[in-house]
Amino acid sequence: MKSLILTTAALALTAGMGLADTVRLGTEGAYPPYNFLNDNGEVDGFERELGDELCKRAELTCEWVTNDWDSIIPNLVSGNYDAIIAGMSITDEREEVVDFTQGYTPPSPSAYAAMSADVDLKGGVIAAQTATIQANHVVDTGATLVEYPTPDETIAAVKAGEADAVIADKDYLEPEVEASDMIFVGDDVPLGGGIGMAFRESDDDMRAKFDAAITSMKEDGSLNTLIEKWEVGGTW
Amino acid sequence: MRSAIFSYCSDPATLETFQWMSCYLTTGKHMAFYVSFGTVLLLLAITAPTALMFGFGGAMSARARFAPLSWLGRGYIAIVRGVPDIAFFLFFVIALDQGIEYLRHKVKCPDWDQPIRQGSDFIVCDIAKMPLGDSPQWIHETYGFALAVLTFAIVFGAFAANVLFGAMQAVPRAQIETAEAYGMTHRQAFWRILVPQMWTYALPGLANLWMVLIKATPLLFLLGVEDIVYWARELGGSKTAKFTAYPHPDWRMWYFFGLLVFYLAFTRVSELVLARITTRLSHGQATLGGEAQRKAS
Repeated sequence: MKSLILTTAALALTAGMGLADTVRLGTEGAYPPYNFLNDNGEVDGFERELGDELCKRAELTCEWVTNDWDSIIPNLVSGNYDAIIAGMSITDEREEVVDFTQGYTPPSPSAYAAMSADVDLKGGVIAAQTATIQANHVVDTGATLVEYPTPDETIAAVKAGEADAVIADKDYLEPEVEASDMIFVGDDVPLGGGIGMAFRESDDDMRAKFDAAITSMKEDGSLNTLIEKWEVGGTW
Repeated sequence: MRSAIFSYCSDPATLETFQWMSCYLTTGKHMAFYVSFGTVLLLLAITAPTALMFGFGGAMSARARFAPLSWLGRGYIAIVRGVPDIAFFLFFVIALDQGIEYLRHKVKCPDWDQPIRQGSDFIVCDIAKMPLGDSPQWIHETYGFALAVLTFAIVFGAFAANVLFGAMQAVPRAQIETAEAYGMTHRQAFWRILVPQMWTYALPGLANLWMVLIKATPLLFLLGVEDIVYWARELGGSKTAKFTAYPHPDWRMWYFFGLLVFYLAFTRVSELVLARITTRLSHGQATLGGEAQRKAS
């Protein structure tokens, strides 16, 4: 269950410390603008820049690893990497298995997108990625849920007519809607408690380091700069 | 910086179709896709002989006259054949990985006083990690690949063991009797008479297994090895202009069509090779195929 790394960020090797701690950051690599593989096959996006900056501030060496969304929490827990930084919303359900840092984005709205404005969001067929807060929300509304393993396939399902609409983070849908015939339908849905990094429950020390780094980025405004650069929703 | 192979690739949006394609198909991401074909072929090249060894060992022990050894062989065949591949792949690899780390932990950190299982976490001391947390990425990848090979070999070895077991039983009893009449020991009769003759009976079953193995390689992604199906899906998905220099709509169909051609070509070549081996092995055998060859010559 080890995953291919896309790139190594050799940062902040403190001289004289000998072996610096290497932290393996797990991400999905399929969720722009948060994380995606660029044309060179390297992890790129908002979380790539954020993660590298956090590691620099925490004086850690970080490596990027991609993993399937479905098994991203089990592989963290069994120790194949040390942190998840993959656009993961902070929810109570996930808190039972892993520990989150404070959010590095404010709670962001989810939205529905469809090919036409007259779709039935309460009784129709709605596409969502497996094991996301949006998938849970669809179940709560009573609509028929079709789940897909990757975000990209949820969009393809709507375009192919397999689903009436797709629900996802609005920041993810925005560029997709811009570049296609899809339109946003219905009101935005506020879900989740912001996005944070997830750690094993036994890794409190490391989590505290990243938590402090996030705080410092919030304080000097560099986090807001990054959020604006990648257009991932509201600033702090 | 984009590491372009062709100098004109710096601004793809301005290019004509042909040049655009030549740039698109040589991006770093596509190179990773091409390399993954090599990964799959390497996996097959290592797994096939390893699985055959597991199969041979399983069949030998299933036939053993020493009862516990025979139970072991039969148990291996029955259990692994009975468990769905996906369940086996998900369970076995995690169990194996944790088992190795547990043993290393016991040896290397005898003073450790915290529990290894804390809730859902599996925690061993740092120096017991496999591979070590600070080892370079290629070691992590090689370790993952080795686990994949071992798992494939165990699964397909069980099927191969069943095939070989049947093939050993199919060799005419008269052959062994003759060997015994010549004064050969049990071991000599096995290696000199039974094994050389059983292959002709085993080959159809083994050929089937090989074909199934070729097509089972997408299971690799379950083990975290990024294989051709993963890359085809990733590359084929629609891309918006914001995040790539090569925006395109949903092209998964074309990528999967490419995989289809690859798999068909590969299985076709395998069929040709297997047909030749069958002809060779039938030579001089007391089977229909061997008889036909004798008449033809």
